[in-house]
Amino acid sequence: MKKKYSIFSLIKNAFSYHENWERAWKDPAPKKEYDIVIVGGGGHGLATAYYLAKKHDMKKIAVVEKGWIGGGNTGRNTTIIRSNYLWDASAGLYDHALKIWETLSQELNYNIMFSQRGVMNLAHNLQDVRDLKRRTHANRLNGIDAVYLNTEEVKKFCPIINTSQSIRYPVLGGTLQKRAGTARHDAVAWGYARAADDMGVDIIQNCEVKGIKRNADTVTGIETTKGFIKTNKIGVAAAGHTSVIANMAGLKLPLESKPLQALVSEPVKPIIDTVVMSNAVHAYVSQSDKGELVIGAGTDDYVSYSQKGSHDIVEGTLNAILELYPIFSRMRMLRQWGGIVDICPDASPIISKTSIKGFYLNCGWGTGGFKATPGSGDLFAHTIANDEPHKLNAAFNINRFVSGDLVDEHGAAAVAH
Amino acid sequence: MFIISCPFCGEREQSEFKAGGEAHIIRPKQPTELSDDEWAEYLFMRKNIKGVQFERWNHTHGCRKWFNVVRDTSNDEIKAVYKMGEKPPTV
Repeated sequence: MKKKYSIFSLIKNAFSYHENWERAWKDPAPKKEYDIVIVGGGGHGLATAYYLAKKHDMKKIAVVEKGWIGGGNTGRNTTIIRSNYLWDASAGLYDHALKIWETLSQELNYNIMFSQRGVMNLAHNLQDVRDLKRRTHANRLNGIDAVYLNTEEVKKFCPIINTSQSIRYPVLGGTLQKRAGTARHDAVAWGYARAADDMGVDIIQNCEVKGIKRNADTVTGIETTKGFIKTNKIGVAAAGHTSVIANMAGLKLPLESKPLQALVSEPVKPIIDTVVMSNAVHAYVSQSDKGELVIGAGTDDYVSYSQKGSHDIVEGTLNAILELYPIFSRMRMLRQWGGIVDICPDASPIISKTSIKGFYLNCGWGTGGFKATPGSGDLFAHTIANDEPHKLNAAFNINRFVSGDLVDEHGAAAVAH
Repeated sequence: MFIISCPFCGEREQSEFKAGGEAHIIRPKQPTELSDDEWAEYLFMRKNIKGVQFERWNHTHGCRKWFNVVRDTSNDEIKAVYKMGEKPPTV
């Protein structure tokens, strides 16, 4: 058992200049064989390993990560958490995650800095108003807190928004989910890693998957840069690189991987105490605890694994930000980066068994996977452990692209694809 | 961001173009004859290659013509450009 993090451990360690904290997770070499290997040491993969050990009593679990944990999209997103999706299936999925977020710091004994500061989605034209009102009603029928705000109420909730009706895309209203907010993305990966490691999960970093071994329609192992690992169950949580892994197993997926960019400003004093998103002009902004404005831009429309993205996308987003928040006109941007997101045609994820026995997929989260991290891990663990989906992720199977039973969430996905 | 050499207009910034996805996916001649699996394969399944990919682009803010590009998706380097109907180059 790891020592508990608390105010007392903090004081105790202060006396030794914080030099004697125990390691949060080990750095093991891979064993020859595991019952389950999770590919991808981001939030989703680590959460999956944690719930497999915790709730399903599985032993001999490994997480293989080609870089360092949380170094992919977990460390590249804009940390927004909400559950105001339109369809029943999505509402069930994302609100399941939100409910876990609410007690996750206590459960993991790790401060993930979950902050329910509210998320506001703006409407800029009549169709936006209709869509957002419809979505508010749908949310409330599903027991998700949502309110529709008119222009004055938007201004009251976030006074720095320019609500002048003479701008190119005036603010006509918006929705607010008060339980929504942000969390510290690195802490989520680290918290899950520490808790999973504590239950005997091997987290193997700098270990890239090179091949999937199959015997007819059953997986038998995984070839990595640290050697061959024998296993009968592989769970892939590799985000933008899922197609690369699936191709090794001979599967073609309904995914396209595209760069999604974000940027942060220099740190300033508190100026915006909520998250504001706008679909139509494609700008969303919040402020980190360090004081940086965290700004999300859009996806490029071409397939790329380069983690860069195009300049014109950032320019478009900043134009929109400046029109909505003239107060930011002299802010200087500090960093810009891209993450590679795997986008499904219906903007909903896949948490599913596949036609290959023992090969499971958790992918297609596209531009909005961070918010689902705990729920995704919980449901993926259930799917792997029981070889059957949980009722909350049954609709998110891969066969929906054959049956036509899609879960179209382009409207709620917030980042236009 | 990168430069694309349109076969009709010459070198232009990528932002002038619209990506059209994977190239050489042949539209089924008899869609009504397809099984659900075949239809899903045509409509949704993509190779999504990390590496050299053959794809379609449209010069939306120029000549508005479609053409093909061979591009390395791991670093966005363009290997070849060829017109619709032409045989794909070997790269």
